[in-house]
Amino acid sequence: MIQHTETAVVCRGVKKVYGEGASSVQALRGVDLEVRSGELLMLVGPSGCGKTTLISVIAGILDPTGGECIVFGENLAAMPQSRRTAFRGKSIGFVFQAYNLLPALSAAENVAVPLLILGQRRAQALQRAQAALEKVGMGDRSHSRPSQLSGGQQQRVAIARALVHDPRLVVCDEPTSALDADTGQRVMSLLREVAIAPGRALVIVTHDSRTFHFADRIARMDDGHIESITDNAAEPASARHAP
Amino acid sequence: MNFVALKMLIGDRAKYIGIIVGITFASLLITQQLAIFTGIMTRTFGAITDLGQPDVWVMDPKVQFIDDVKPLQDTELYRVRGVEGVDWAVPLYKGLLKARLSNGNFQTCNVFGLDDATLIGGPPEMVEGRVEDLRRADSVIVDEYAAVGKLAGPPREPGGKPEPLRVGATIELNDHRAIVVGICRVQRTFQSQPVVYTTYSRATTFAPRERKLLSFVLVGAKAGVEPEELCARIQAATGLAAQTREGFKWTTAMYFLKYTGIPINFGIAVLLGFLVGTAIAGQTFYNFTLDNLKQFGALKAMGAGNATLLRMILLQALLVGMIGYGLGVGVAATFGILSRNSELAFRLPWQILAVTATAVTVICMLSALISIRKVITLEPAIVFKG
Ligand SMILES: Nc1ncnc2c1ncn2[C@@H]1O[C@H](COP(=O)(O)OP(=O)(O)OP(=O)(O)O)[C@@H](O)[C@H]1O
Ligand SMILES: [Mg+2]
Repeated sequence: MIQHTETAVVCRGVKKVYGEGASSVQALRGVDLEVRSGELLMLVGPSGCGKTTLISVIAGILDPTGGECIVFGENLAAMPQSRRTAFRGKSIGFVFQAYNLLPALSAAENVAVPLLILGQRRAQALQRAQAALEKVGMGDRSHSRPSQLSGGQQQRVAIARALVHDPRLVVCDEPTSALDADTGQRVMSLLREVAIAPGRALVIVTHDSRTFHFADRIARMDDGHIESITDNAAEPASARHAP
Repeated sequence: MNFVALKMLIGDRAKYIGIIVGITFASLLITQQLAIFTGIMTRTFGAITDLGQPDVWVMDPKVQFIDDVKPLQDTELYRVRGVEGVDWAVPLYKGLLKARLSNGNFQTCNVFGLDDATLIGGPPEMVEGRVEDLRRADSVIVDEYAAVGKLAGPPREPGGKPEPLRVGATIELNDHRAIVVGICRVQRTFQSQPVVYTTYSRATTFAPRERKLLSFVLVGAKAGVEPEELCARIQAATGLAAQTREGFKWTTAMYFLKYTGIPINFGIAVLLGFLVGTAIAGQTFYNFTLDNLKQFGALKAMGAGNATLLRMILLQALLVGMIGYGLGVGVAATFGILSRNSELAFRLPWQILAVTATAVTVICMLSALISIRKVITLEPAIVFKG
């Protein structure tokens, strides 16, 4: 059993207002949340409740308008732009709803991108990318272009890309919502299988209640708040892993 | 990330080709127009280029260019000869005389009358016959383009090629009989009139009776005397204008630049090429960037800094710039080679290649600039937007 002791992310009173004046939108109204190292936390809730906004703040690609978000001891919003970018490159892996693979690159080249950003040499990066692809069961498709792959396969490649540089935090925004139910289940199961590691935290935004059982904890959001947090470990394991 | 940048660009085949087409168009048009412009400008002083021997040209102070002949008194020749540092000085007649062709038509010819004793100022290259043949009675030498072109006789049989003027043939210059004793090769000149060489004394008998017939005095400098220095001395001593060969070429070219619409016309064409090229390349490049904004956003989220993205876009611009430049200049040069034997003036010195390279660089920079702005200000948070 993985120890859930160390804290990866601490959000305290995080607020986010989009726009100004009459047309402004309060997307986050003071979010308090902890994400522990080694856990898979799911962020769920109705459309527009602020899930994407929250993981954007956690991942350091969006500045909160209030409160603070500490990631591995660093207050990202307080960092200068260039250091924050470098921090993201080193410590955070991303999985997007629309995969966001570069269409001109092969699967292996796409997976190598985070390593290239970190300044690794191409040959070495491609070698590690190949290994990451094998982990997600895509080792034989490393030369394929994204357009030659199915949605599920593209998301597998994207997962390999999110993990290739061994980040301490992986954020996924609706990684399965572009996929059919079965494929979504398989992708989520894969994420659980390959992405969980000691010292790494996984935050997944999802709508799909059929994948909730893959989570260690589930944070339910509504209207810019965390409503409740359930700990799946409290439930019997048989209930958790039944589809 | 360099290969990622290049693959991104090449992967978008349609835009990649579109950008290259824009830059190729600009570089082709700029190179070609400048080359023709340079060719024409070189032709304006073709006659000076052909006259290799003199270091200094002496002329009336009001002369503005080579074809702007303002005759001098014959005695000026002796005054020039008296100037310190002059090794030799010979007369040159240059004038337009009408030739009557065997079909009865008239053709204006550019007639050079060379010093009878030395024949200095003769054609740079003979195709047939020798310059010395000008010492024979009534002799003239004509240039090869004229011999097969403007001075050629009617075809032997109807519908055939015009009959070239050959050595031994007779032409009529201003109602005087002249015998062709040689064919020479000269630089094409601006007006592209037939060039006819004869001796100074014979030229003055061909020419209409006038008080003054000495067009130019050609001067050789003594060894060790700088032509510029000699010009100053001749001017001081005689009150005439004296210019070095290069200086006179420049004066002539400047006259055409200043008093004809040539530079404006070419300037407009070059500017148009530049603007249209910038518009096509810039627009397409910008569209390419916009299409890939999400990708750039993802790269930014994944930790690619602005410096990295800037380098990627500059590299993309550099690639299309080099290909477009190479294609444009290549096509222009091919055009030049193909038109080598035609009437077209085309000259492609390295300076033009440098000008085109600069223009292409500016086009690429402008194209890249708006894209760079877009990418730098891009919020990485867009990647999570559906
Ligand atoms: N860039 C923006 N400008 C203005 N308002 C925004 C912006 N992004 C999000 N919002 C608003 O903020 C609120 C929260 O948006 P967010 O995308 O975080 O919701 P979400 O929970 O991810 O929704 P969904 O499940 O539909 O993805 C919504 O009301 C949305 O309209
Ligand atoms: Mg969302």
